[in-house]
Amino acid sequence: MNVIIANDLANGLVVFRTRDGWTLDIDHAEISESKEAAEAALQRALEDAAANVVVDPSAIEVRRDGAHLVPVKLRERIRAQGPTTGNSKKDHAATCGEAA
Amino acid sequence: MYRYDEFDHAFVKERVAQFRDQVGRRLSGELDEEQFKPLRLQNGVYLQLHAYMLRIAVPYGTLNPRQVRMLAHIAREYDKGYGHFTTRQNLQFNWPRLKDVPDILAKLAEVEMHCIQTSGNCIRNVTADHFAGVAADEVADPRPYAEILRQWSSLHPEFLFLPRKFKIAVTGAPVDRAAIQFHDIGYEVKRNEAGELGFAVYIGGGMGRTPMLGKKIRDFLPEEDLLAYSEAILRVYNMHGRRDNKYKARIKILVHETGMENIGKEIEAEFEANKNGVLRLPEDELRRIAAYFAPPAYETRPAMSETLDAARKSDPAFDLWFRRNVNAHRVPGHAIVTISLKPIGGVPGDATAEQLDAIADIAERFSFDEVRVSHEQNLVLPHVAFDDMKALYDTLVANGLATGNAGLVTDIIACPGLDYCALANARSIPIAQRISERFADATRQEAVGDLKIKISGCINACGHHHAGHIGILGVDRKGEEFYQITLGGSGDEKASIGEIVGKGFSTDEIVDAVETLVDTYVEKRATASEPFLETYRRLGPGPFKEALYGSA
Repeated sequence: MNVIIANDLANGLVVFRTRDGWTLDIDHAEISESKEAAEAALQRALEDAAANVVVDPSAIEVRRDGAHLVPVKLRERIRAQGPTTGNSKKDHAATCGEAA
Repeated sequence: MYRYDEFDHAFVKERVAQFRDQVGRRLSGELDEEQFKPLRLQNGVYLQLHAYMLRIAVPYGTLNPRQVRMLAHIAREYDKGYGHFTTRQNLQFNWPRLKDVPDILAKLAEVEMHCIQTSGNCIRNVTADHFAGVAADEVADPRPYAEILRQWSSLHPEFLFLPRKFKIAVTGAPVDRAAIQFHDIGYEVKRNEAGELGFAVYIGGGMGRTPMLGKKIRDFLPEEDLLAYSEAILRVYNMHGRRDNKYKARIKILVHETGMENIGKEIEAEFEANKNGVLRLPEDELRRIAAYFAPPAYETRPAMSETLDAARKSDPAFDLWFRRNVNAHRVPGHAIVTISLKPIGGVPGDATAEQLDAIADIAERFSFDEVRVSHEQNLVLPHVAFDDMKALYDTLVANGLATGNAGLVTDIIACPGLDYCALANARSIPIAQRISERFADATRQEAVGDLKIKISGCINACGHHHAGHIGILGVDRKGEEFYQITLGGSGDEKASIGEIVGKGFSTDEIVDAVETLVDTYVEKRATASEPFLETYRRLGPGPFKEALYGSA
């Protein structure tokens, strides 16, 4: 199970591909259940990168945790959920309110 | 401190305009990421895990209150209300928007700051002893030389595309607080037998995946040859340094593979050919630059202060802070004060906008308008009168800046690690926080004494783990964070590279392992005043290995 992750070009924030755009909330991301679907989603994301919407898109593996999607790898979990510690952690929620 | 002249102002301003245009073209799609990435890196803009990161150069770690206030302003207006001081005496903002960076750079230029050469394969910000100009043990102030090197290396057309990044450090004292043997070039200001000023020169030191100590190439280089010799080293490196493999591209590998004798001959030949040319430092120019670093107008004060002594007796917390965070000054009645950015459980090196504003006020009130950044991620007030010490302390307390732990087990260096950094394999900051909390008790910390713990979240070693008395390196083991421990590293004048003590520890185990090492040291030390490093050097790794892993 995959979603597409990238950084927004203008503000750098972590974004996830939805069916027709990008979101800051991984739970709203488009899920690809098959390899073919993931490749097609990545292709659309690369087109967005070429159109200067996002930077460095890639497909990452996720799993379901109740109602939420959680990346399998720690690095991507930290990207999706913000720093695990310190000043940024408490402020991360505020940033996530910002439109990509 | 140094003030920009018209050339400095002009090139920084031109660079801001140029980058504004480049950002505009990137956002409009005229430039793609491949074209833009080298341009943004040349202006200190990285793309990290969560956002862009902006690294601001603080030449030789010196700041004035106007600059500190501007950093506070930028933190508030463009970031999340704080900045992060790094192991290169720089400041990083973790959350700027790309579209705002040109405005941030314009504001920095107003206070004579920039982000040029804080990334990329060029000569990086020159670092220096954070006690420069005031340390009681100093031969001469290293900052004028660091400034001369800054001017020479800024936008030097020959050295903007080196095989790899290049770091220079200068110390003015025999006690090395600038870790010069871990730099591509390390200069130690010294006097020869005739009393003339010059430098001992080390080359080829560095950390990263192949840590090496610098090797002494010159025992005494005359002062006037500083730039000609630097240029000779850079030219030989630029010619022969490897460009086919980034992991073998630093000058340390060139020195190691070519041998000091051969590389030394080439450098000396290059130097001989050019030493009487335009790079020879004229005496009047040297003195002109040095004049920027003239000491402030200290009042004549007695060596002892009754006010201070009385305050120390009546306030044990103040006394503890004084014992750890205050260092000897060359002017009687004055001291150098370290402001610890390592509160118990805090993020090493972070300062909030409010704290930065407070530090600017404090520097004006107590330290002749001057603040330093140390490579140990703390701040330094270089000129504090003993009589003002208690008032300063009370002000620091009010701003959450009075942690009395300089040089102790909780004064931990940590890189940003996997919480921020795109290169990291494991988190550093939470490990630092947990160790700090474990050793929070002030009496215990002081009983343990001088101990440097340094944590890196990957092999690039930004957290200087190779130079830690206890070094911790985060690695990725099958998707799990794991931590390797090295022992016996040191970044001072008796520099050494830490040795791996044995197999690594999980996130859950690492803090216990550190505590075991500290307890073993306390148990084995010859006297209560024998520091950790000396005990380790006397006994070797044996007792520590046994304590961690049991006898084989």
